[in-house]
Amino acid sequence: MKRAIPIFLVLAGLLVAIAAANPFFLEPAGFLAFLKRVAPLAILAAGQYFVIVSGEFDLSVGSLVTVEVVVAARLIDGDESMTWPVLALLIVIGLLVGLVNGLVTTKLRVPSFITTLGAMLILSGAVFLWTGGAPRGALSQGFRVFGREGVWAVLILLVVVTTAVLLMRADFGRTLVAVGDNEKAARLSGVRVDRARVLAFMISGLSAAIAGILLGGFAGVSAQVGQSLEFQAITAVVLGGVVLGGGRGHVVAAIAGAFTLEALFTLLNLHGISGALEYAVQGVIIIAAVAAGGLRLPALRLSPSKV
Amino acid sequence: MRRLLVAFAASALLAAGCASDLPPTGASAPADPGASAAPATTSAPASAGTGEQSEFFVQADYDAQLAMRSQTAEGPADKPWEQAIAPQMVDTAKYKKDGPYHLCFSNAAVNNPWRQVGWTTMQEEVALHKDIKEFTALDAEGKDDKQISDIAELQAKGCDALIISPNTTATLTPAVSGACPEVPVIVFDRGVETDCPVTFIKPIGGYAFGADGAEFLIEKVPAGGKVLALRILPGVDVLENRWAAAKVAFDKSQLQVVGVEFTDGDAAKTKSIVSDYIARHGKIDGVWMDAGATAVAAIEAFEDAGVPVPAFVGEDQQDFLQKWKDGKLTAVAPTYPTYQWRTPIIAALKILKGEEVPKQWNLPQPKITQESLDTYLQPDMPLLHYALCGCESMPGFPGKWGGK
Repeated sequence: MKRAIPIFLVLAGLLVAIAAANPFFLEPAGFLAFLKRVAPLAILAAGQYFVIVSGEFDLSVGSLVTVEVVVAARLIDGDESMTWPVLALLIVIGLLVGLVNGLVTTKLRVPSFITTLGAMLILSGAVFLWTGGAPRGALSQGFRVFGREGVWAVLILLVVVTTAVLLMRADFGRTLVAVGDNEKAARLSGVRVDRARVLAFMISGLSAAIAGILLGGFAGVSAQVGQSLEFQAITAVVLGGVVLGGGRGHVVAAIAGAFTLEALFTLLNLHGISGALEYAVQGVIIIAAVAAGGLRLPALRLSPSKV
Repeated sequence: MRRLLVAFAASALLAAGCASDLPPTGASAPADPGASAAPATTSAPASAGTGEQSEFFVQADYDAQLAMRSQTAEGPADKPWEQAIAPQMVDTAKYKKDGPYHLCFSNAAVNNPWRQVGWTTMQEEVALHKDIKEFTALDAEGKDDKQISDIAELQAKGCDALIISPNTTATLTPAVSGACPEVPVIVFDRGVETDCPVTFIKPIGGYAFGADGAEFLIEKVPAGGKVLALRILPGVDVLENRWAAAKVAFDKSQLQVVGVEFTDGDAAKTKSIVSDYIARHGKIDGVWMDAGATAVAAIEAFEDAGVPVPAFVGEDQQDFLQKWKDGKLTAVAPTYPTYQWRTPIIAALKILKGEEVPKQWNLPQPKITQESLDTYLQPDMPLLHYALCGCESMPGFPGKWGGK
């Protein structure tokens, strides 16, 4: 948890800066609006954390979010009675994509980077084929309530965070970290490595389904809704001090990373800097965070002689 | 992994670099609403927060389009897709031949609801004519290079006439020029930089569209009111023209343009941007948009913030019209009518029969107002349907367009 302290300091600093630029942020409605906007990314980051801490990547979540929203709109088509069956189906789709990613990675021994990159291309291609580039149908009001009303989004976020923390405290969490830290050692000590990783991918798929439900609810149908979300989620996790390659990092810090990233975007926007710069900022963050993680150990060793 | 991340970051930086020539936006105005009355950041004091004029702005075209709005179109009033404003007819006797005909179509893309509605309408138009024996269409999927090879491929298929909806203006010009000597060419929607096509079909154009919306806001929003302008993306001539005309109108007005933002046409991004502006300025009095596809998302930002929806510029999509009616909004919908997809087929047949056609076929471009809202609102049509399809009397209506 020590690794995570910087991210909370950065987050606090950003929140103060936002409040200074926009006092509305301190009012309940203003802060609720911020939470509502963070919720999807925070949930995706939580899901991505499970995969990354086990030593893998999931690049398919962005496309999966798009698939969820487009499928929901097409199947619901404005019909309120379809809301709950479709919500259930979306969850199943998320778990299923995660299951396939996990099985291909563990059983076929395809590196997860390639597996999920492939899944990302397959899913976005499938959406394009199915929609011709422009989604059809409409979401029902009952579906949209989860993303439009801040209270729902915050409630879902709380449930996700709590579940994630509990999962990491349970045997499953310890197993996952052990797998990410040293796969061979974990395997030799009798850990079912493949099962742990498949479950991690399924959690990531589930998080994409939930994020899709929130994002679709927030702004309605769009074929671009999931664009670049996979990189935002990975950036958030890395920002939270979680080590790429697995074995180290805390889920709460990963979620704090998502808050920090979104706070940064909000601050940039408040100062009239937006658009393409967001990508550049993300790129710098992800390199800086990984570089800082790599530099830390030698720097510590050197420091006594230097001081 | 690290190498890939670096590559990703590099491409992101590249993207950021490409965007650095965006016109300065009003978003750099101070965050404190009280201080923004005297923007210190603008280089041209007269620009009222609208930034520099677009490099795509051509005064003569602007004047011509604004004048066309009040001109009466020639042709049957109940069939605006056959009408033309101020037509300069050209002789087509040299293209005359006996039917039945083989028509070909190189389509830029079918990747948005506007093009989907248009494409359906065009196919139904083809079905109306018994003298068309074959209709070959290739979809370029939004790629210039694919459309260039599509056009070459269609020339080898024995087409009697070639219809082209160019993906981009400059890049497709040589391909169109290359096709002109081989087959009568009809260009519609976006233009090309050559006058070799027999006819170029388009609604009045982007300047008229942009001005229609801006003038409405100037009329409805009290002097000093705050206007937010939302654009999809820079660099597309049709969209640049819409904004250029709006900028000219806003600069002459008493309105204060508090921001000009790019939404990428994304609903979530639009909603976030509008929410931020509401939070920052407390009150926005008008929203101008260069395309209506994300208008409903922008309206929802006001609803979710619990503030009244201000005067709005949308487009003729059903979701916006429905929102306008249900919310009793103050709104206007300039249009870029999808009925223009009928005209190229009609033009092709006229040319092949040796009948004269306008060199530049300017179709009427109506705007939907409070008075005409009920005429265009069609609750049985899909939410993303465009009202001005001119397709209501076609045999496949409404099923082919997804309606009930």
